[in-house]
Amino acid sequence: MTDLMTHKIRIATTSLAGCFGCHMSFLDIDERFFTLCEHVVFDRSPFTDIKHLGEHVDVGLIEGGLCNAENVSTLREFRDHVKILVAVGACAINGGIPAMRNHIPLKECLEESYLVAVGIDSPQIPNDPELPLLLDRVRPIHEVVKVDYFLPGCPPSAEVFWTFLTDLMAGREPQIPEAQIHFD
Amino acid sequence: MLCEIVDRHGGQATSLLQILIDVQMRFRHVPPRIMTALAGMLHLPRTQVEAVVEFYRFLSVTSVGRFDVRFSDSVTDHLLGSRDLAARLCQRLGVKLGETRVDDAVSIHLTSCTGLSDQGPAALVNGHVLTRLDGDRIVQMADFIDQGMDLDTWPKNWFKVEDQVQLAGLLLEGELPLGASLERALTLHPADIFSEIDRSGLRGRGGAGFKTAAKWRFCYEGEEGAVPGDPTIARYVVCNADEGEPGTFKDRVLLSRNAQDVFEGMTVCAKAIGAQHGFIYLRGEYRYLLDSLLRGLKVRRLRGLLGRNILGVEGFDFDIEIHLGAGAYICGEESALIESLEGKPGHPRNRPPYPVTHGYLGQPTVVNNVETFAAAARIMAYGADWFLSVGTPESSGTKILSVSGDCERPGIYEVPFGSPVSDLLRRCGADDPMGVQVGGPSGTFIGPDEFERILGFEDLPTGGSMMVFSQARDVVAIARSFTHFFAHESCGFCTPCRVGTSLLGQLIDKIAEGHGTPHDLIEMTQLAAIVKNTSHCGLGQTAAHPLMQTLERFPERYQERLKTLFFEPGFDLDGALEVSRQMTGREDAHAHLTQSG
Amino acid sequence: MDQKTLTIDGVELSFDPRQTIMEAAAAAGVYIPHLCHHPDFKPHGSCKLCTVKVNGRFASACTLPAAEGQEVLNKTLELNQLRTRITQMLFVEGNHFCPGCEISGHCKLQATAYGLGMLDSHFPHFYPARRVDASHPDIMLDLDRCILCELCVRASRDMDGKSVFGIAGRGMESHLVVAAESGALVDTLIEVSDRAAHVCPVGAILIKHTAYEKPIGQRRYDHHPIQAALLQEDQGD
Ligand SMILES: Cc1cc2nc3c(=O)[nH]c(=O)nc-3n(C[C@H](O)[C@H](O)[C@H](O)COP(=O)(O)O)c2cc1C
Ligand code: SF4
Ligand code: SF4
Ligand code: SF4
Ligand code: FES
Repeated sequence: MTDLMTHKIRIATTSLAGCFGCHMSFLDIDERFFTLCEHVVFDRSPFTDIKHLGEHVDVGLIEGGLCNAENVSTLREFRDHVKILVAVGACAINGGIPAMRNHIPLKECLEESYLVAVGIDSPQIPNDPELPLLLDRVRPIHEVVKVDYFLPGCPPSAEVFWTFLTDLMAGREPQIPEAQIHFD
Repeated sequence: MLCEIVDRHGGQATSLLQILIDVQMRFRHVPPRIMTALAGMLHLPRTQVEAVVEFYRFLSVTSVGRFDVRFSDSVTDHLLGSRDLAARLCQRLGVKLGETRVDDAVSIHLTSCTGLSDQGPAALVNGHVLTRLDGDRIVQMADFIDQGMDLDTWPKNWFKVEDQVQLAGLLLEGELPLGASLERALTLHPADIFSEIDRSGLRGRGGAGFKTAAKWRFCYEGEEGAVPGDPTIARYVVCNADEGEPGTFKDRVLLSRNAQDVFEGMTVCAKAIGAQHGFIYLRGEYRYLLDSLLRGLKVRRLRGLLGRNILGVEGFDFDIEIHLGAGAYICGEESALIESLEGKPGHPRNRPPYPVTHGYLGQPTVVNNVETFAAAARIMAYGADWFLSVGTPESSGTKILSVSGDCERPGIYEVPFGSPVSDLLRRCGADDPMGVQVGGPSGTFIGPDEFERILGFEDLPTGGSMMVFSQARDVVAIARSFTHFFAHESCGFCTPCRVGTSLLGQLIDKIAEGHGTPHDLIEMTQLAAIVKNTSHCGLGQTAAHPLMQTLERFPERYQERLKTLFFEPGFDLDGALEVSRQMTGREDAHAHLTQSG
Repeated sequence: MDQKTLTIDGVELSFDPRQTIMEAAAAAGVYIPHLCHHPDFKPHGSCKLCTVKVNGRFASACTLPAAEGQEVLNKTLELNQLRTRITQMLFVEGNHFCPGCEISGHCKLQATAYGLGMLDSHFPHFYPARRVDASHPDIMLDLDRCILCELCVRASRDMDGKSVFGIAGRGMESHLVVAAESGALVDTLIEVSDRAAHVCPVGAILIKHTAYEKPIGQRRYDHHPIQAALLQEDQGD
């Protein structure tokens, strides 16, 4: 981690099956963002609009769990390119609210949404190859790739992001204090 | 109808399980309205009735078929192709495993080891035992079932159970004259009975090896400050015939050919500790022995060896009742067994207090294995020295072993304690085995360089199961089967065993199917330690033994299954898209995922 | 009378011979993590969160009687790691989506996890299909969150005298049942004034119309770590 102290930390972020709430919360560090930018640069992220990861990214922040094939591919791209992969927020950690569909068979979910629900006039399950296929269950990201850190919360508070990143910048093993741990 | 069943069992709340077993036989399930009715009749909370119905595998809320077939699913049955036979029967009859056919004619399940490993593949049909199944029998069986042919008309030899005693010793040789040991016991004070048993060095044959005399004495003496043998205190003698450890069947053989020895041992114990009531807890799989056991008890009553004033001794009253189990390995654990006797789900109790002071209905209770009672009877008749002439100083006498698996002569071997495993392997015709599971999955898996180890409490303790595996066998598959056995049998009371054994099952599946990474092995080892260290009872504490012991002895067999990758999902990632693919009809490149990144 | 003593993490404390290690610890102000234990009820010993080491051997503090000279280890790295894993097992076995849970902030499972520094669920999730029962006018059951601690079972049986609750099934299929042929809570004898309606440590038994009364920041465990809160409860406040 020492080399992190000498050059700017490259951070990439993404939202999979999430609501962007974690990203919003990240921005809640407010004016500390300026301090942060002295030490970090953003790679692929909704903050930058860069679409693909660069070669050497230090930290990847993943918001959201996995609900479809595209989520899996994105997650894997992150895992392949970043040194430290971080599961951010309840959905990345345990599937979160989207995973509440898990006890309903996917077949029923799709039929209900596209075939039988009231108000549907041309019942058809979308099958455009552009659309990612749904996984039968929403999964947390640690079930598909190795994850290095977890920042719980729905969303994690700005303090959690700040603690984590300042620890990293200082070359310390990140340590979220008990008072900052929240699952909601 | 229900009243009749309840009355037959004395209408006691403690008979709940016995009543439910009969209800299940009669109605092929236990309907909710009957649960309500029973709760009322027995003055029990309805929740307890429901809890019992859903705890025992041989009871069900939904209807089983008119023919209910349960294939024994022990690893030794697997070696003989049982899974394949079950699948073929399902296919021929058009029914899914674990389900009941729509016309209610048949249901087919897998069930934990039925205690017939030496003559498998085995199955139960409506509680009757089928042995030595093969492809031809499966074909015929399917026809019989489809034609609704009564079990009485099925070929008699299909139901034949053999004792297969290959080697007899102190307990299986000759016949103990009826009442001989009881007559001797009647001449002795309790203290002298304890000291005779103590001198013989007899230790429990159920696996843990607790000194039998000490157990009896604690029960007699009661807690600190109590009056030893206080006649106002009800005490109980319980014979543990649950024999659920996969690969064990020696208690079955003892109960079919030496049942009188067992009854006699229980009666001697009753005399010593001052008990009036005894129970045999007979596993549901051995229900077919019930009639002969009941006849045996009747003989004793007629001979004045059970009942009031036994052998004319004023005030020596003792009788034995048989309670059936209903498909729960955990009920072999003594405190769970007692809960089950009381008509409850088999959850092990907190200890202390122990059964010797707080057992059946909270009263002092001795629980011993079938073989322990059989040995105690002969020791009483022939004396401690007779028993001490065989065995080692730590482990006197003999041990009856149930030998199964890859050997020419499976069956029962009664060997002196202190015999090396290699001796037994020679006798049973196992040349060059890869390993032996000593004492069943909760015991010890040993490899070839340990075959000189000896059977006995000082080295390899065993409840009696000996499963032999040839070099052709896959040790990971064996450990996997045992791990699933424990997950299947976990009673669910405590967190680490309830959840941990299932997680261990997932991990070993992942590794066995070639999706494991070195990380998973570390994970498995850590999880195994937690389950072992924090589980509530012996089941959870030993559940990880097969994994850990085989990993220790055959690390290369595990290593060769591992991917060199850093990580792979523990579920079938591409399979997780199958429903979507079917519903959209897509098969393009984006409609698939690879398992590894 | 001679005082009997034992040590917890090297600190000596005296105890009453009828106490368990948990009770002796609580009386002396020492927190041992627990979920199925509650001072008002008979010890149960099922969650295993209270696992301690007594004279070098693992034991459940809530059921093991305190005894003279016991050397108990409680707050060690080894034990807390093990307790974290057990807590994670409870999370993955059910469906715990805290952000959408009425009891979040007042939940003992969640607060225990915080106290152990648990950040993730570590294991794969089972996502079981479990029942929600909203049939009763005042009380609601969401079994997704039931951790099988049997506190409601004990409360209903031993305090309310009703045996409304029970645990049926086996192994991973163990689940809460209620005393009604219909399976619906409304058909049982439970009333909102029953102890059983209020004893659930998690959000499986909920009193209707009381959810989200306290805003975030004012909930039971928001600023009160579980140690302090539970010690108060154990000491009878
Ligand atoms: C999960 C489990 C299953 C057991 N199953 C049996 C059994 O089937 N038969 C048996 O005799 N003992 C069994 N035991 C051991 C009993 O708890 C008890 O120690 C034994 O019946 C005492 O009898 P003994 O002293 O004569 O061996 C089991 C123990 C555990 C933990
Ligand atoms: S260890 Fe397993 S079998 Fe024993 S009490 Fe716990 S859950 Fe039940
Ligand atoms: S019961 Fe507790 S742990 Fe479970 S979802 Fe609710 S707050 Fe979270
Ligand atoms: S409902 Fe609540 S109190 Fe009852 S067993 Fe479940 S978690 Fe425990
Ligand atoms: S608190 Fe001791 S086992 Fe639950």
